[in-house]
Amino acid sequence: MRTSDALFRTTVTAVAALIPLVLLALLAFLVHDSWPALRFNGFDFLTHNAWNLGNQYGDPVTVHGELVMPGASFAILFLVVGTLASSLIALLLAVPLGVGAAVFLAEAVPPRIRTYASLLVELLASVPSVVFGLWGYVLLIPLLSRHVYPHLAHWLGFIPFFGPPSGSGYGLLTAGIVLALMCVPLIAANLREAIESTPQALREAGLAVGATRFEVVRKIVLPRLRLPLIGVSTLALGRALGETMAVLMISGNALNILPQNIYSPISTMASFMVSQLDSALQDPTNMAVHSISEIGLALLLLSLVVNAMARLLVPRDLGA
Amino acid sequence: MSALPDGLAKARALASERRLRARALSSWIGWAASALAFGALALALLDILYVVFRRGFSALNWQLFVTPTSGIAGGLLNAIEGSALLTFGALLLAVPVGVLGGIYVSEFSRDPFARTVRFVADVLVGVPSIVFGLFGYLTMVTTLDWHFSLAAGCITLAMMIAPYMLRTTELAMRGVPAELREAGYALGASQANLVARVLLRECAPRVLTGILLAMAISMGETAPLIYTVNWSNYYWSGHLTHEPVAYLTYVIWSFINEPFASAHALAYAAALLITLFVLAITLLARLSISRLAVRRNP
Repeated sequence: MRTSDALFRTTVTAVAALIPLVLLALLAFLVHDSWPALRFNGFDFLTHNAWNLGNQYGDPVTVHGELVMPGASFAILFLVVGTLASSLIALLLAVPLGVGAAVFLAEAVPPRIRTYASLLVELLASVPSVVFGLWGYVLLIPLLSRHVYPHLAHWLGFIPFFGPPSGSGYGLLTAGIVLALMCVPLIAANLREAIESTPQALREAGLAVGATRFEVVRKIVLPRLRLPLIGVSTLALGRALGETMAVLMISGNALNILPQNIYSPISTMASFMVSQLDSALQDPTNMAVHSISEIGLALLLLSLVVNAMARLLVPRDLGA
Repeated sequence: MSALPDGLAKARALASERRLRARALSSWIGWAASALAFGALALALLDILYVVFRRGFSALNWQLFVTPTSGIAGGLLNAIEGSALLTFGALLLAVPVGVLGGIYVSEFSRDPFARTVRFVADVLVGVPSIVFGLFGYLTMVTTLDWHFSLAAGCITLAMMIAPYMLRTTELAMRGVPAELREAGYALGASQANLVARVLLRECAPRVLTGILLAMAISMGETAPLIYTVNWSNYYWSGHLTHEPVAYLTYVIWSFINEPFASAHALAYAAALLITLFVLAITLLARLSISRLAVRRNP
């Protein structure tokens, strides 16, 4: 091997090694900084609803070997529920929408205008989160709370969690709808490409035995794409779990309460980290910041598991 | 068949015709549902653009581009400057890492370590931006005592977008035909020469697309910057650390919650600017550059 080749190889390898280093650094610092909170909060952290900075004017007390303000406790069950529920609603909406749009774009739109028609769906992915939040705040919430949720609660009230009160518009379902719009392009774009790359012979075989064109899609094309769809939906789930700004602006920012129905205000782990930063910085013992780090650590581990699962399910190169 | 009684044959024909009609109907319903799904998504995008453009344009005036914010009024020049600096700084740091890393993963793809890097990059692309923000806060803002600052924001954004660029560069490099590599080696080129003079030039449009899309991502980010850059009513002072800077996305989030029309106008104007930037970059990346690539390789 020539020295120039060896030098080249060493350089690019060293630079590429920064990427795993970033992941290790994320894990190391988040564990390090949430360590006091892990000790103080124990297992109650994920199973109770008690985010309380304590008496900020009292003298700090020692609990479990950690210095905290009197009465302080940090437990985030309501955030776990809010995060999972809003992401699941998003996925329930995004998968059928994404599949439908992909089928329409790949099978019904003439190839000449397909690029432009696809942009109408795929540009949704490039709208910044905070702009989604703004749109939700000024348009979607007034619309839904006045003209949709009351009717939904009235007519579908027999379904559990759909009944009244229909709330202010800030809440679980609104967050789910916006999250669905944010992660649907990922599903639609990948599935459209997969549909387009289905061998033509398979379609012709279907048509030859007398299937309609839709039956070919429904019974031949789509069943082959089940695994990629599961993989890309898992990726979309990962995106929804970590969305911050849009959820922060439209979810109602509930504190210490679980949602009673799909219209209830919620908070998610990501949005709560932003909404609570200022007040956590006031805690002289720093335990509030340590506990926010613990939320961050939990969110990091959750997203690592979900994304790793998505990659292992589908080794192909999904929408980078 | 002629042995069948007349009535039975008729009944069968009728049943099969009914089945055909039912299948045609359900196919029609299927197409309608898929068109509806597409229509709903297109409508959502167009409505977002409509809301942002209508309210944004009516809030625009030239003052926005020549004065900084003061409290919740004034202009946006400090935020425009800050967004540009943050994006530029993030790209400056992330492009070398992303491109060189992408070259490594594509050219040494049989290394087990390359497989690890690719997998980790994929996973990092999916890590929520707020987690990167928290990391930046814990390491740079507090431990290194840089305070809320431009440097902390740039490095945090760079950590977010470098893995993304690594993957887009890798995919671009792998799209180069193997014959080009073989021809290069046959001529006795060193690997560095081959990559720099042949492969990168060949896939430059696609590498650039990845960089532009990463740029759009970092321009639109808010959450990690709240944790690392905070906010300032002033222009950038020239310090990399110890001084917060302004940026456009903060204005949208923060000012829309104020009860004053002047604050709302600034939020809409900021939303218009950031949406225009991001859309322009994304469209440029997706349409013109892919066409450029086609023209180069007919």
